[in-house]
Amino acid sequence: MSQAANQARRTALRRSRRADKAFTAVVWSVGLGCVLFTLALLGTILAEGLPGLSWSFVLGLPSEIEEGGGIGPALFNSLYILVLSLLISIPLGLASGIYLAEFAPDNRAIGLIRICVEGLASVPSLIFGLFGIALFVEGMGIGLTIIGGAVTLALLNLPLLTRVTEEAMRSVPPEYKQGSLALGATHTQTIFKVCLPAALSSIMTGISLTAGRAFGESAVIVLVSGVSTSGLMWDFDPMSPGATLAVHLWYVQSEAIVPDAADIASHAAAVLLIVVLLLNLLLRIPIWWNARRA
Amino acid sequence: MSKTIPTLSAPQRPSRSSSVRRLRLRLEHRSFRLLCASSAVLVCGVLLAMLFFMFRTGVLTFRDVPVSEFFLSTAWEPENEKYGALVFILGTFAVTGLTLLIAVPISLLAALFLAELAPQRLSRVVRPILDLLVGIPSVVYGYMGLTLLIPALRAVTGSNLGDGVLAASLVLAVMVLPTITRISDDALRAVPRKYVQGSFALGATRFQTVTGVILPAAGRGIVQAVILGMARAIGETMAVVMVIGNTPQLADSLLKPTSVLTSNIVMQLPNVPFDSTWNNALYMMGFLLLAISLLMIGVVRMLQKKGENAA
Repeated sequence: MSQAANQARRTALRRSRRADKAFTAVVWSVGLGCVLFTLALLGTILAEGLPGLSWSFVLGLPSEIEEGGGIGPALFNSLYILVLSLLISIPLGLASGIYLAEFAPDNRAIGLIRICVEGLASVPSLIFGLFGIALFVEGMGIGLTIIGGAVTLALLNLPLLTRVTEEAMRSVPPEYKQGSLALGATHTQTIFKVCLPAALSSIMTGISLTAGRAFGESAVIVLVSGVSTSGLMWDFDPMSPGATLAVHLWYVQSEAIVPDAADIASHAAAVLLIVVLLLNLLLRIPIWWNARRA
Repeated sequence: MSKTIPTLSAPQRPSRSSSVRRLRLRLEHRSFRLLCASSAVLVCGVLLAMLFFMFRTGVLTFRDVPVSEFFLSTAWEPENEKYGALVFILGTFAVTGLTLLIAVPISLLAALFLAELAPQRLSRVVRPILDLLVGIPSVVYGYMGLTLLIPALRAVTGSNLGDGVLAASLVLAVMVLPTITRISDDALRAVPRKYVQGSFALGATRFQTVTGVILPAAGRGIVQAVILGMARAIGETMAVVMVIGNTPQLADSLLKPTSVLTSNIVMQLPNVPFDSTWNNALYMMGFLLLAISLLMIGVVRMLQKKGENAA
């Protein structure tokens, strides 16, 4: 090989090595930057909202004019709507997921249902809100209510739960099912006694995801449940207006006239974040427990 | 009830109680199956009902407003019977485009970091941290945008208004970042290791392997990730409402308050009588959003099908 060619080869090699080094540095800094940014964001929300947070604020009644109002009814509504919507969406989501995984024949009609589930999962939550208005507020004429918001949220979560359940049921090893059927169990018995328990931890993860999403969802609630609460604590009436904590945060930040609005907003943001993190943790406990027992 | 011990005697005629039991089990199975099937149909029904309803209400707009005015006019003055939605449509495209411009490069690098460069032990810690970002409610993002980002934008640019396309895009970029990153991460990790090893064995550097082998092989998955992130950006409402300024004017600058489809719907709808043209026009905008998001999911499905066929 000639001297010149050798020289050119060495330069090319050096250049590609330098490019590789630069690339590595850029990727590492972006990766670590994302992590630091996430932690900084969470840290800022908590650092601003946690100091001065008290039970009288978390459980207290809101105030429209004076300082010192709490977020009690809004927080209660958040949890109440969350529970109601899960009560509706979990059975329906599980049932349709089980159908797609276990019973559905592989034909065009089922393909259509699958497309619908995927399509529905991608529909923006605002559109569910519009649908909820048309269905409950105007169609049934019941105005802005907790129950309307809960049902609309349940519809929003339905496709996600269906998909999670279907995937979880499909990932159960077929030997389990065959063993159960060979022992003479019916298909339904097999699903309840063998497949569902085996798929439970993935299903619980899915439920915790949807619960977190439902807890923080605001566009649906603004439209279907309104931006105000009944002003009472522990109001279980499903026909009351049902602003949730997420909506309250927005309302306080953009429309309220109380002098301590900024304080309320920073506290509310922290509470919102803590509850979402707790929801993720709490619902994962059965998984850990299951994994340890197994 | 005492347990009977099964024996290996010749099959006898089933006793009456066992045939009743069998009947009960079959009934149980049939009804359970029917229940499951009807829930699946319900999920389907919700989407169809939604499409039908949004369209039926939305299309009433065109009784009072010419189609060309709705899509091509920028004058949104409901009090003067002017319903031009172009400002919001353009606003949505501008915000989504800028969001992707910011988020896609960063997400791709972050995904490469997780899938290829970082030690696996570090990736296993980082992934759940990124997932925390998905869990943060959108109002909290909006709140952070309003209290931290907008003052910062004012300080940096020296303008007296911070809200507008840039603020909204920055907030949305943070929101779609984990979505794009995690799905691209999955796509990158699904690239067969023998491709990567083959490239290294030929003497390629890591940079050359990534650009020449890994990215092309994972291309389809990455496009899906970007589309899903885009769908999230287009449909996001409350976070955008808080930082976009909510003024129906065409944004000729990144820092000028404007409005997008979602923000305009949610700000105006609660105050509009249900049977008015104004309301119908808002529903038509909702139908547009619905159509766009379904179209995008259609593209994602097509890419998946293609991927299955190619594999």
